[in-house]
Amino acid sequence: MWSSPFITQPSSVSQIMLRVLLALIPGIALYVWYFGPAILVSIALASATALATEAVMLKLRNRPIKPFLSDNSALLTAWLLALSIPPLAPWWMVVVGTAFAIAISKHLYGGLGNNPFNPAMIGYAVLIISFPVHMTHWLTPHALGGAELTFGEQLGYIFNGALPAGLTLDAVTMATPLDTLKTQLHLGLSVDNIRDMPIYGRLAGKGSEMVAVGFAIGGLYLLFIRIISWHLPVAFLAALFATAGVFHLVDPVHYVTPLFHWFSGAAMLGAFFILTDPVTSPTTPRGKLIFAAGAGLLTYLIRAFGGYPDGMAFATLLMNICVPLIDAWTQPKVFGKKGGGK
Amino acid sequence: MRSLFKFHGGVHPPTHKAESTGSPIAQAALPSKLVIPLHQHVGNRAVPVVQVGEHVLKGQLIGRPEGRLSSAVHASTSGTVSAIDMQLVAHQSGLPDLCITLVPDGKDEWIAHSGVDYRQTAHTDLRHLLRQAGVVGLGGAVFPSDMKSYSHKHKIKTLVLNGAECEPYITCDDMLMRERAGDILRGAEVLRELLYAEEVLIGIEDNKPEAIAAMQQAVLDDRHAHMEVIPVPTLYPGGGAKQLIRVLTGIEVAAGVRSTEMGVQCFNVATAYCVWRAIAFGEPLLSRIVTVTGNVEHAQNFEVLLGTPVDELVAQAGSKPDTDRHIMGGPMMGVDLPSGSVGVTKATNCIIEASPRLFPPLPPALPCIRCTRCADVCPAELQPQDLYWFAKAKDFGKAQEYHLFDCIECGACAYVCPSHIPLVQYYRFAKSEIWQRERESQAAELARERHEFRLMRIEREKQEKAERLAQKEKAALAAKAAAPAPVPEPAIAVAAATADPDDTLQMRIDAAVARAKEQAAAAHPKNTDALTAEQQAEIAAIEARRAKIREMAAHAGADDEPPKSNQG
Repeated sequence: MWSSPFITQPSSVSQIMLRVLLALIPGIALYVWYFGPAILVSIALASATALATEAVMLKLRNRPIKPFLSDNSALLTAWLLALSIPPLAPWWMVVVGTAFAIAISKHLYGGLGNNPFNPAMIGYAVLIISFPVHMTHWLTPHALGGAELTFGEQLGYIFNGALPAGLTLDAVTMATPLDTLKTQLHLGLSVDNIRDMPIYGRLAGKGSEMVAVGFAIGGLYLLFIRIISWHLPVAFLAALFATAGVFHLVDPVHYVTPLFHWFSGAAMLGAFFILTDPVTSPTTPRGKLIFAAGAGLLTYLIRAFGGYPDGMAFATLLMNICVPLIDAWTQPKVFGKKGGGK
Repeated sequence: MRSLFKFHGGVHPPTHKAESTGSPIAQAALPSKLVIPLHQHVGNRAVPVVQVGEHVLKGQLIGRPEGRLSSAVHASTSGTVSAIDMQLVAHQSGLPDLCITLVPDGKDEWIAHSGVDYRQTAHTDLRHLLRQAGVVGLGGAVFPSDMKSYSHKHKIKTLVLNGAECEPYITCDDMLMRERAGDILRGAEVLRELLYAEEVLIGIEDNKPEAIAAMQQAVLDDRHAHMEVIPVPTLYPGGGAKQLIRVLTGIEVAAGVRSTEMGVQCFNVATAYCVWRAIAFGEPLLSRIVTVTGNVEHAQNFEVLLGTPVDELVAQAGSKPDTDRHIMGGPMMGVDLPSGSVGVTKATNCIIEASPRLFPPLPPALPCIRCTRCADVCPAELQPQDLYWFAKAKDFGKAQEYHLFDCIECGACAYVCPSHIPLVQYYRFAKSEIWQRERESQAAELARERHEFRLMRIEREKQEKAERLAQKEKAALAAKAAAPAPVPEPAIAVAAATADPDDTLQMRIDAAVARAKEQAAAAHPKNTDALTAEQQAEIAAIEARRAKIREMAAHAGADDEPPKSNQG
């Protein structure tokens, strides 16, 4: 039986995912500008792994391969994961993280639309727990003028683990601005002293702060074309800002400014691209506010007091756990039942 | 300028209205035959009052209203009744219904008829006239208008006249307002009188400037004191009664609540027009304006006699050869007609000729990604993605908890779904399953009551028997004792005297009621008697299709494909 409605809007899941991928491009471009093209290798590698894993899993689950492979959701997972880990990460790490994200955290839960946890963040969590040392080797930005690897040398390290003669890993990599902040605070330095270190720029880390700005620009584009709702990024950034602000006001010697938190680590990527994964976030407007605010609070707590340099991934996963409850709790009133009639 | 209210959500599908508003309303040609269903309204089917072979005049009653909620059916033109039988009708179910087939004699000869002055006529009589004239809601709901024009307990403040016409393609109300605004308003005045309403608000979507101008001019011309024509924003489904009431008055009428309880009543503009024709001229509802559009050479509106076969109507607009379906209504909520042979009914506002080019088949559905676009556009403010989830999992209790029955099936959710999930079909499925279960549980309840009553009766009979024996023994003893013994009363009388008379009477009544209920439950619907072999075959095919759908639905949980039959 053919039944109404007989028409639909010409939008599709793959189109939505494609727009999100497009929105990542400004951030990626700035990444390449400040840190060199190694990140593109990670992205390509993750993408290939994601598509291959997706195809294999669909085959195993007896699902039609073409419509699902072309929905672009696996690609988005791959890109987000690649952007969350160091660009010099060895190839097998990228492959393991991506394959785990797609196979275990997505398809074993029933594939597209059924996974309770953000697959990219699961992949990240697996890697940071399994290979913590590799996860600290971040490239130094050009701006610092240290030793730099050519693109060929970067490829050499990613695929063979070999560095050119006379260069140590420490010479070409560094810890993230957030990580540096944490270790230096432990060593008893004050925030002001630390902020004077050369790796820091105006907002947060040199280079990485601009990448964050790039992601924010892409995120604003997504807001503008209504792919994401304002609730998630606004609530997340507000909660992060407020929590960081309170600590900073109380003790500016040991707690860095809220703006620093905004523009370091994965905060901007998380606010606009990770939390906004529709599958793993709440569906109600109030629920989205609660979810994102919780993630903002947790991100700060993990950054300031936890054992990991950045808290975005774990905050997201912890809040993913709460989504069913949040959804059930925040059901909006339906038409005509709000009381009062008007 | 009145301040308007907003309803939540809504969508902007392409309107496609310009195609059919280029030329004035044309009179559709007299068809070769008229297939007039006796059930063109909400409520009981009208009862045929003519015989096969009888000659009838235009406007003559051929179907008498039956029961309180019902409406009359008339001969749309003069001619001969050639059949009274089950035929396919323009209805979602695709099931046949009782129709009267009329072969026109070409004279179009009216029965004697005359109107009344509504100011001089009692309201009861006016309502009776509406019922006898077969006036029902022409916006699509076909609810008998006489039943909507009471103003008893609830003081009606506002009469809303619905000229919004929010569905794409449909322009019948638009053209009617442009061409016959005066009569629409006079009809509205009659309804206002009947309802004792203080004001009449006429809501028209702002994409119909000509209609708005015509209606505003008519308000001025006839000096209607309590009327206001209000352009409302074009936003589907803004023409739904509850949405329009919300926009014009701010009142939200919840599901299951009558708007009259909130002091509002709503009529479609075409209904108001028919009210006027029925009251002032004694003309029953014999024809309606139908938009014929879509895959046709020249889309336009026709004044069509009720019962005109759709085939013959669309031919007059030049239906193109690649048309593969007829949609009755609009693309958002319309019905795919079971055949082109069905007659136009009071609910037929539009026929869209569909072709694969105009309405390409939807891409296969992907899983829901919880993007909540559906929740953003839902005018009932539901969470369609959750309802879909519950319907798919057959978790019907949860679906009801999430207000499944507040869904008005407007299709906005399915329209915006990026996964192209046929959401509305899932809700219809869930609703019908819930209704089916309720019927089953009622039947089970009835059976339990009957069983308990039977046990009680057996118990009572035992007791009565024991009492009778005791009486007999007493009588025997008394007879043995001193003579002359008193003549014993008949045992039954004694038993009756000892039993509580109310009780037995009540029980008998209960038993009779239970029996009647049982018979009613067991009785087949009348329209399944006396079927021809081909109809039987058709019904069997439909049943098979249903079974298949149920089976598919049973597997729907296991795969991501929506339940749909191979009819496609």
